[in-house]
Amino acid sequence: MPTLKNIAAGILLCLSAATAALAEKLPLEKPELKLGFIKLTDMAPLAIAYEKGFFEDEGLYITLEPQANWKVLLDRVITGELDGAHMLAGQPLGAAIGFGTKADIVTAFSMDLNGNGTTVSNEVWAMMKPSLPMEDGKPKHPIRSEYLKPVIEKFKAEGKPFKMAMVFPVSTHNYELRYWLAAGGINPGFYSPSDITGQIQADVLLSVTPPPQMPATLEAGTIHGYSVGEPWNQQAVAKGIGVPVITDNEIWKNNPEKVFGVTAKWAEENPNTHLALVRALIRAGMWLDENNGVNRAEAVKILSRSDYVGADAAVLANSMTGTFEYEKGDKRPAPDFNIFFRQFATYPYYSDAVWYLSQMRRWGQISEAKADEWYAENAKKVYRPDIYLKAAQSLVDDGLAKKEDFPWDSDGYRPPASEFIDGLTYDGRKPNEYLKQFPIGLKDNQTVQGSDVSG
Amino acid sequence: MSVETMAEKIQLKDQALLKPSWILKKLSETDPAQWVASIWRNLGIPLISIGVFLLLWAQTSSNIVTSLGTLPGPVQVYEEMQGLLADHIAQGAQKDAFHARQEERNAKLLAADPEAKIIWREYTGKPTYVDQIITSLKTVFMGFFIATLVAVPLGIICGLSPVANTALNPMIQIFRPVSPLAWLPIVTMLVSALYVSEDPMFQKSFITSAITVTLCSLWPTLINTSVGVASIDKDLLNVGKVLDLKWHTQLIKLVLPSALPFIFTGMRLSLGVGWMVLIAAEMLAQNPGLGKFVWDEFQNGSSHSLGRIMVAVFTIGIIGFLLDRMMGKLQSMVTFSDKR
Repeated sequence: MPTLKNIAAGILLCLSAATAALAEKLPLEKPELKLGFIKLTDMAPLAIAYEKGFFEDEGLYITLEPQANWKVLLDRVITGELDGAHMLAGQPLGAAIGFGTKADIVTAFSMDLNGNGTTVSNEVWAMMKPSLPMEDGKPKHPIRSEYLKPVIEKFKAEGKPFKMAMVFPVSTHNYELRYWLAAGGINPGFYSPSDITGQIQADVLLSVTPPPQMPATLEAGTIHGYSVGEPWNQQAVAKGIGVPVITDNEIWKNNPEKVFGVTAKWAEENPNTHLALVRALIRAGMWLDENNGVNRAEAVKILSRSDYVGADAAVLANSMTGTFEYEKGDKRPAPDFNIFFRQFATYPYYSDAVWYLSQMRRWGQISEAKADEWYAENAKKVYRPDIYLKAAQSLVDDGLAKKEDFPWDSDGYRPPASEFIDGLTYDGRKPNEYLKQFPIGLKDNQTVQGSDVSG
Repeated sequence: MSVETMAEKIQLKDQALLKPSWILKKLSETDPAQWVASIWRNLGIPLISIGVFLLLWAQTSSNIVTSLGTLPGPVQVYEEMQGLLADHIAQGAQKDAFHARQEERNAKLLAADPEAKIIWREYTGKPTYVDQIITSLKTVFMGFFIATLVAVPLGIICGLSPVANTALNPMIQIFRPVSPLAWLPIVTMLVSALYVSEDPMFQKSFITSAITVTLCSLWPTLINTSVGVASIDKDLLNVGKVLDLKWHTQLIKLVLPSALPFIFTGMRLSLGVGWMVLIAAEMLAQNPGLGKFVWDEFQNGSSHSLGRIMVAVFTIGIIGFLLDRMMGKLQSMVTFSDKR
């Protein structure tokens, strides 16, 4: 390309002149990009950055392409067909440690907090409801999984396995569902090096189902519940085939959900482009959370287009405009159901990465005990708050963002948090101690051999 | 009769052919009953059966309730089709707006600095329904082209040499029944590993889909070609031996012309199979064509989704029918039999 020499010369000039002065636009290595996403409401930052011109402002010409499923999306990012993608927070980590396809993926932008829920079939809900504590004639939320236990016992007594679905083995949905089940004394199953179905010793059989097929399989009775992002929980309510029992915000308040991932090689070769992307995405996040959600209605309209999420606008609005519907007609206020920028939602905290790694260890996807340093090292390899802060600083310098919206002094670890459904405290610096607290789950040097936990 | 009189008579007869009175005379001679019967047979019955099908569809669909609403009837599907075409036109308008913005931007740059480097970019909006149809057609023809390139020479070799036939037969029989979805992961891996270039001419998803189409659709052409070549009249080959023709002359003058009808039959079958396989392959290979359209609509789960998927089903069917007719015409052009 004739302009390549000019661009290369430009980069060299800028690099030699200054290091941190990003107030002037840096030349982009690759302005035309293809980004992948899955049709879930939390791809919103990508859609908004495109529709509101934030990408174009940075000089980026982006093609957004929906992908068939999480595996295809990850593979295409690795092979380079996609420059980057909307990813599950656990995907870059799973790839880094080699669970599934091994690859070096980094993320410098957390796309949102919260945003998914667990739905059970009408049959299961009918069995659960009588024993639930009520308040004003309606079930009291959050519903702990202890109330699911008698239903599972009943199924077992009839010789029927209790099956639930989630979207991907290293998905946030998998870990949050397991967390919720284990908090009520239900064993969600272990992974072993030779058996990666994750159903060893399980009371509930968890398996992977693509989100669009979940309502159909729930209706057919193949599964009795699923954990998935929106709009699939509200779709179940709208079609009358299931009832959401808990949202992930109730399992772990303000948990990280999706990230924007690129390969480490791509990030190395295209630093300016990466920064421009993160800048545009931060602006999109700010727009989505602006002024107590004043832009959410417009966001719903954009997302309901068939090239983005495509679900009916009413279903999307149910979860994105400050409410969440549980039983049909039981709409509760849920202003934090999707957080796109507030509470430092977009900063990629190392402690978030460590939590996912700890849960991978808890259920045996990481088959052996690892030192705390191992967790910290892998978190640092994958999560890149340095790039995030660079982009944030440039936005503040350009007057497009406010200084107080970013955690400049953070060392990458959130303070220890206890807003979990089982009340346990999580300190990202001490994952092994954290794992010791769980009654159900691998800890210390335990391993899964065959169908037993030993050690 | 003298030659001049005969010539006069012929001339008069020719002129008479153009006289209206002659045409009217001919018309009155044809049996109107036969004429009406043939129109009824070829046009009337199909139209009525299509009408009956539409009625039955409208009736049953309103009685089937799925979790995505009632099954769409003909009217709803027609409306969805109109919606898709309207989207295509709207997207065209957005594309024009984008190009207008780009022109403005670049004109400003040039006005400020005549030496400035300006870049012209393509519009990055999503492909519309019509774009997707075109992509599918391009992919199927690419796959079909590669399949023909591979299958015809192999078929000729198999047909001419019984040894080659026996050697290749087991492979053909084993690979023929393999479904495209089984080939897809292998092909994806191979394409990712082997098709690496800085500035690729084709997208990987396009190549993956095209190769999957090739792998599934080359068998009818291969088998038909080998049968066609093997069933050449032995006398023709003897003539070639007697005249001591070179092998390539034999090939071009004797083998190919006799085998052409079979080859074209095979190609027609291959294109049909290829079109079916393409839709399945695109769903997973993410080639932006009709298969991806169907899968994306399914993932949308909106109240329009089923209707739009049905529009796609009919589009796929109609295009497949047209492709088959086109191949049929080509086939009849090269077939010198009384059966056309």
